Amino acid sequence: MTSYTSEFDDIPGTRVFTAQRAKAGYELNQFCMSLMKAANRERFKADERAYLDETHMSEEQKQAVLARDYNKMIDLGGQIYFLAKIFATDGLSYLQAVSTMTGMPTDEYQQMMISGGRHPEGWRSIKDGN
Amino acid sequence: MARITHGLTTSHIPAVGAAIDLGKTGESYWKPVFDGYEWTKAWARENVPDVVILVYNDHASAFTPELVPTFALGCADEFPPADEGYGPRPVPVVQGRADLAAHLAEGLILDEFDLTLMYRMEVDHGLTVPLSLVYGQVEAWPTTVIPFAVNVVQYPPPTGHRCFMLGKAIRRAVERFDANLNVHIWGTGGMSHQLQGPRAGFINTPWDTAFMDRLVKDPDGLAQLKHLEYVREAGAEGIELVMWLIMRGALGSDAEELYRFYHVPGSNTAVGHMVLQSVDTPV
Repeated sequence: MTSYTSEFDDIPGTRVFTAQRAKAGYELNQFCMSLMKAANRERFKADERAYLDETHMSEEQKQAVLARDYNKMIDLGGQIYFLAKIFATDGLSYLQAVSTMTGMPTDEYQQMMISGGRHPEGWRSIKDGN
Repeated sequence: MARITHGLTTSHIPAVGAAIDLGKTGESYWKPVFDGYEWTKAWARENVPDVVILVYNDHASAFTPELVPTFALGCADEFPPADEGYGPRPVPVVQGRADLAAHLAEGLILDEFDLTLMYRMEVDHGLTVPLSLVYGQVEAWPTTVIPFAVNVVQYPPPTGHRCFMLGKAIRRAVERFDANLNVHIWGTGGMSHQLQGPRAGFINTPWDTAFMDRLVKDPDGLAQLKHLEYVREAGAEGIELVMWLIMRGALGSDAEELYRFYHVPGSNTAVGHMVLQSVDTPV
């Protein structure tokens, strides 16, 4: 890891999509891209496990998709704009899907946004505690 | 001579496109957002350019995990809307401007910006939502558009400084194009937002406000910001704001602010929008 990429690890609750993560997540993100075709979305919805087994994803990645665990998918190299194809297939908005990563119920998350969003204080730096 | 007279910045939130497409713009949640664009829509009706150079980022639509171009210039005659998983947006096909795009390709590459050239490309909400916000629901877009896609998805994206320099190079290249064209340049994306992890929902209004102020008055200083500061202060997806610096670089040294709008939230995002006029270029 370079100093450029490691600096971002000081930001709480955040994983930037580095070239290393892009390599690790390649098959997961390719699966997501396949859902841009309506026929593939239908096949996936009909039998998710069978569709995933046609891909070259790791079992851990497949399990994260089946569980719709977006934080886990990001840990395994997924990137949100690719993963958006999954929640679009589920008929969810960005707001609905994104809220699941925060541990807050969607309505509470939406209320936070309407009230001005997550305040920066305490979310800038682990090291500096600000 | 072709000339760049105006610049425009706007967020390109997908839910804003969905609100337009589904007829929800009058709902209480969305009305303040769309009211903020009314001034611009009126202005845009009176100031239709020949070409918009539209700087945006692709959201895993045209660019798969197989290919990550840092800067990609749309050189085709037309660009259809992409199916991002919900079906393509019901918006007109974007008409390109291939002669100016070919000229920009030559000028920018010889100016040492090593572009990827796109002769077939679908465009997603990053490009079509700004068009909808400014021109509304129309049968055909009133202007041709040259899409200019910037990688802000995989790290490292280009630096803010590189984007600012690219904007300056775009201005030089446009001014060498031998046709009487009025060109506008749009920088899209932002403002503060984060769409991933426990920190999702991050918004930093004071930082966004300062960014808009400096974009007008101190773009050279603003161009020095590091990626780390964007992510720390504007959220992981706030990094899109480097694209606003391409717009600003293309306006020349001085720019006049004609209009500004800022609103929280648009879905997960701080909505920021500005219209700027180049002081150096007569309209």
